[in-house]
Amino acid sequence: MKAIKNLGLVIFLIGLAIFTGSIFTGNFSLTQEELNTYISEKGYKSEIIKKELSAAVVTDKSLNIFQFSSRVRAAFETSNNHYDELIAKYDAEKNWDKKGEQYQYKIYGKPHTLSYEIAKKAGSGFVKENAGLMWFLTFGLGIIGALLFIIPNLVLLGKPGIKNDGIYLESATNRGWIAWLVLVYLVTFYLVLYFMADYAVNWTFILDPISNFLGNRDASQWFVYGFLYCTIMLTMGVRMFIKYRHNKYQIVRTISVLFFQIVFAFLIPEIMASLQLPEYDFKNAFPLDYDFFFDWNLDNLTNSGGIGLFILVWGIVLTLIIVPVMVYFFGKRWYCSWVCGCGGLAETLGDPYRQHSNKSLNAWKLERWLIHSVLVFSLVMTIVTLYCYFSGTQSFLGIKSQWIKDTYSFLIGAWFAGVIGTGFYPIFGNRVWCRFGCPLAAYLGLVQRFKSRFRITTNGGQCISCGNCSTYCEQGIDVRAYAQKGENIVRSSCVGCGICSAVCPRGVLKLENGPEEGRINPTEILLGNDVDLMKLVNKN
Amino acid sequence: MEHIVIIGNGISGVSVARHIRKNSDKQITIVSAETKYFFSRTALMYIYMGHMKFEHTQPYENWFWDKNRIDLKEGFVSKIDTDKKSLEFSDNSSLSYDKLILAVGSKPNKFGWPGQDLDGVMGMYHKQDLENLEKHAPNNDVCKRAVIVGGGLIGIELAEMLRSRKIPVTFLVRETSFWNGVLPAQESELINKHIKEHHIDLRLATNLKEIKADENGKVKSIVIQETGEEIPCNVVGLTAGVTPNIDFLKDSGIETGRGIKVNRFLETNVKDIYAIGDCAEQHEAIGQRRNIEAVWYTGRMMGETLAQTICGNKTEYKPGHWFNSAKFLDIEYQTYGWVFSERNKKENEAYFQWQHPSENKCITISYDKNTSKFLGINTFGIRMRHEIFDKWLTENQSIEHVLEYLTDANFDPEFYKLHEAEIVAKFNQENKTDIQVKKKSWKRIFSKA
Ligand SMILES: Cc1cc2nc3c(=O)[nH]c(=O)nc-3n(C[C@H](O)[C@H](O)[C@H](O)COP(=O)(O)OP(=O)(O)OC[C@H]3O[C@@H](n4cnc5c(N)ncnc54)[C@H](O)[C@@H]3O)c2cc1C
Ligand code: SF4
Repeated sequence: MKAIKNLGLVIFLIGLAIFTGSIFTGNFSLTQEELNTYISEKGYKSEIIKKELSAAVVTDKSLNIFQFSSRVRAAFETSNNHYDELIAKYDAEKNWDKKGEQYQYKIYGKPHTLSYEIAKKAGSGFVKENAGLMWFLTFGLGIIGALLFIIPNLVLLGKPGIKNDGIYLESATNRGWIAWLVLVYLVTFYLVLYFMADYAVNWTFILDPISNFLGNRDASQWFVYGFLYCTIMLTMGVRMFIKYRHNKYQIVRTISVLFFQIVFAFLIPEIMASLQLPEYDFKNAFPLDYDFFFDWNLDNLTNSGGIGLFILVWGIVLTLIIVPVMVYFFGKRWYCSWVCGCGGLAETLGDPYRQHSNKSLNAWKLERWLIHSVLVFSLVMTIVTLYCYFSGTQSFLGIKSQWIKDTYSFLIGAWFAGVIGTGFYPIFGNRVWCRFGCPLAAYLGLVQRFKSRFRITTNGGQCISCGNCSTYCEQGIDVRAYAQKGENIVRSSCVGCGICSAVCPRGVLKLENGPEEGRINPTEILLGNDVDLMKLVNKN
Repeated sequence: MEHIVIIGNGISGVSVARHIRKNSDKQITIVSAETKYFFSRTALMYIYMGHMKFEHTQPYENWFWDKNRIDLKEGFVSKIDTDKKSLEFSDNSSLSYDKLILAVGSKPNKFGWPGQDLDGVMGMYHKQDLENLEKHAPNNDVCKRAVIVGGGLIGIELAEMLRSRKIPVTFLVRETSFWNGVLPAQESELINKHIKEHHIDLRLATNLKEIKADENGKVKSIVIQETGEEIPCNVVGLTAGVTPNIDFLKDSGIETGRGIKVNRFLETNVKDIYAIGDCAEQHEAIGQRRNIEAVWYTGRMMGETLAQTICGNKTEYKPGHWFNSAKFLDIEYQTYGWVFSERNKKENEAYFQWQHPSENKCITISYDKNTSKFLGINTFGIRMRHEIFDKWLTENQSIEHVLEYLTDANFDPEFYKLHEAEIVAKFNQENKTDIQVKKKSWKRIFSKA
C-alpha cells in the first residue's frame, strides 16, 4: 500500500514536472503574411508597430516564449513611446490638432496580454502538435498519480473515523519546507496566470482540442485555469470522500460543491459560448462576481437579447433575494461550502491546510476590518461605475470609474482572491480569501449573524476543552471558547463546513437550522450544575 | 485586598479563578508545578498523535491572565503552614495567602509492582509524562512494543496514541471484559472487538506481575501474573486509575482520606482552605456519585460553585444529573443518568438494549422495572442532546416517554441515518407495547423542564 502511494507520488511529480516544463518548449514566430493579417484584424494604424513587430517575430530564429514575449513587448513599447514623444512635442508647441491625431496610433492593453494574443497564433512545436499526448503526460499523469496517492488511504487510514494522525508531524501539513515549496509554486502559478499569461500559452495548446469540443473556440488561459480547477477539485474530492467517509454531511456537501463547480462554473458557460450566448456562471453572485455591473458586461448583456436580460435580472435577484433568504433558512453555508467555487477549492485542495487559520483575537479583529472594507470598496466601485454608465460621465464623487475598477480588479480580484487567497493555503490556511477578503461572504455574514435560523448548537456540558474544533476551524473561529461555556456558536464568518462537529471527540457540536429564538444563548454556568446556581449566575 | 491563592492550574483551579474575578476584585494567584499556562489535559493524546500542537490545547491566549489580573506562579508547593497562612516552595521561597484553594488534581496509580519506577515506565497524566513518552516511544524503531497496564479510559487513549505511530501494543486488562465494571456486557464486548480491530493485543483477565530491567535500568520486558509469560517491550504505560495528588499535605493538619476531605461547601477541616476537582473527597457521596469524581466537568462545576462562596454568596456544591462522554478509538460514547453494569446494578434496574446489526452503534436504556421510570442511557456511535435528557431526568419521565420522543434527543450531524424507528420497534416487540415515534419538534426541544 505504502509502495503504491509512493509510486503515485512519483507519477504525480513527473506529470507536474512535464506540465511545468512544457512552458519552456516550442518555437514562436509568424510569417509576414500572418503578421499582416493579424495587424489588420486588430486595426493597428501605427506604422512603427508594423515595422517593429515584423523585425521581432518574423524570424527564422527559434524563439522560446520568453524571448518572444520580450521582443513583442519591446515592439509595443517602442511604438507607444514614439507617439508619446510626438504627443509631448505637439503639446509643447501647442499644436492641438496634431497632438490629437497621435492618439489613434497608440496601442492600449497590458503588454503581456498583447504578447499573449500574438503568441497564441505564433506558437508551434511538440506541445501544440501533440496536444492529446501532452494532455496525458500532464493532466493524465497528474490525475493517475494523485489517485494512486490518495486511494490507498482507504486501507491505510484504517476504520472510518477521524484520522488526523500526524498532521502536525509532517512537513507538508505543518508548515515545513514542503509547505513552503507548494506556496512558492502556487504563488508563481497565479502570478503567471494573472499577470504573464503569455508565458503559459503552451498550456492553452494542450487544452485547445477540449476547448474546441466544448466551447467551439481555442483555449484561453482562463480555460486552462477552469479546467485545472475542476480537475483538482475532483481529484481532491476523492480524497475528501475517503477521509470523511464516516460523515454523511461531508460527503453530501462535497458532492454539491463539485457539482456546482463543474456544471455551473465550467460547463454551462462553455456551452453558452459555443451557442454564441453571453458566458455566465449562474451561481456566481455579486459582489463576489465584482464585474457584473461593469459597463462592458452591462453592454454585453443588454445586447444579447432575451437571455442577456434574463441574466441581468437573475443576477440582481440572486444577490438581493435568493442569497439572503437562503442564508436566513440555512446559514451562509448553503453558498460558501455547498455552492461557491472558491469555497469548493478550499474544501478540497485546501482541506489538508485547514488547521493553519489564525485563531487569535487579533486575527478576528483584522478579519472584521478587512472583510467589511472590501465590501464597502466593492459597493463604492459599483455605485461609481453605475453612475458613470448611466450618466455618461467619467467619474463620480471625484472617483474615476476606470481607475477604481482597475484598482479593485488588481488588488482584490487578482492579488487577494488569487495570489494570496489560494497561493498562501499551505501556510495561512485554506480560507484566507473567504475569511478576510470576500465581499459576498461579508454580506452573507451580516445576514447570518443577525437574521438566520442557523447556529452550531453546543451540547450542554459535554465539552472537555480539548481544542480539536478550534484547531480544525478553517475560518479561525475559536469554537472551543463558546463550546466550553455551553454557548451556541453564532458567528458571521462561519461557513458551516461541519468539520468542528466531525472532529469533536465528545459529540458536542451540531450544525442545525432552528427557531431564531434561543439561538444565541449566553450562559455562564453550564448544564450539569445545580439549577438555582445557573439562574443566579446567568442573571449577573 | 484579600489574597486568594490557588494551587493547581487545571480546569478546577482555573474555573474558580475566572469566576472569582468575574464577581470580585480580589487578588488572585494560581500556582502550578506543571506548566505556566493552563492547558487541557484531556487533549494530551492529540499532541502525540499529531492532531494538535501543545499551544492548541491552551483554551486561553497568553495575554488573558494579565488582562484578568490573575497572577501565575510556577513552582512546587512542598509544605503548607496553616497557622501562618503561608506556602513553602521546593526552592525555599514562600507565599502567603488569606484563602487557599487546593486544586491539585491526581496522579497515576502505582500498585507496588516490582520495577514500576524503571526508566521507560510511565503514567499518562502530566505534560511531563507526554514528554517522557515522546522520548521513549518516538517511533516503532525505538519502541518495538509497549505494554499498557490497566483497562480504563486513559489506558485505551494511550493505546490509540501508540498505534497512531504504528507501535505494537499489548494491553493488559484485569477485568474479564473491557471496562465491564462500568459498561453493560453488550457495550463492553463491542469495545473488546473494536480494540482488536485496531490491532491491539488485548489481554483480558490478565494482571501484571513485574517489570524487568536491562543492564542500564531500562525496561526490557514484563511478566504476566497468570501465565508467567514474559513479553519484551520498551515502554510500560501504567493506567490503572488515578488517586488524588496529595502527598505534600501529609503534615499540614488538613484532613485527608484518599483525597482531601471536604463538606458540601468544599471546605476542608481548616478554616479558609478549600479543595476542588480531582483531589476533593466528599465526606458523603452525593446521590449515586462517587466521593471522588475525577472528571473534567465536575472540576469545573466545583470551581464555579466555590467562587460563589469565596465571593460572599455561600453556595453548596450540587451537581445535577450525572452525564459523561468518552471515545474508544473510533467509537463515541455518551451517557446521561445512571446505567450500571450487570455487575453493579440493583435488583429493580432493567435494561432495554439495541444494537446495530453491522455498524458500531448500540444503546442501553436503564429503567426501573417496577415503575418503568427512566434511569439513564448509554449510547455508542450515536450522539444525544444533553439538555433533553437532563430535562427528562428532572421530570422523572418513563422509558416509554423517552422512546416516544427519542428523535428530539438525537444530536448526530445532519444527514446521518436515524435509528429511532428500529429502536422503538424492538422495544415494542419485546414489551408488547405500541409506542409510535414522534417527529422531532423544536418546540419541545426548547421547552424547559
Ligand atoms: C489523558 C487524560 C484524559 C482525560 N480525559 C478525560 C475526559 O475525556 N473526560 C473527562 O471528564 N475527564 C478526563 N480526564 C480527567 C480530567 O482531565 C481531570 O479530571 C481534570 O483534569 C482534573 O482537573 P483538576 O483541575 O482537578 O486537576 P489537574 O488538571 O490535575 O491540575 C492539578 C495541577 O496542580 C498541580 N499541582 C499539584 N500539586 C502541586 C503542588 N504541590 N505544587 C504546585 N502545583 C501542584 C499539578 O501539577 C497540576 O498541574 C482525563 C485525564 C487524563 C490524564
Ligand atoms: S472539540 Fe468538542 S470537546 Fe473539544 S473543545 Fe471543541 S467542542 Fe469541546
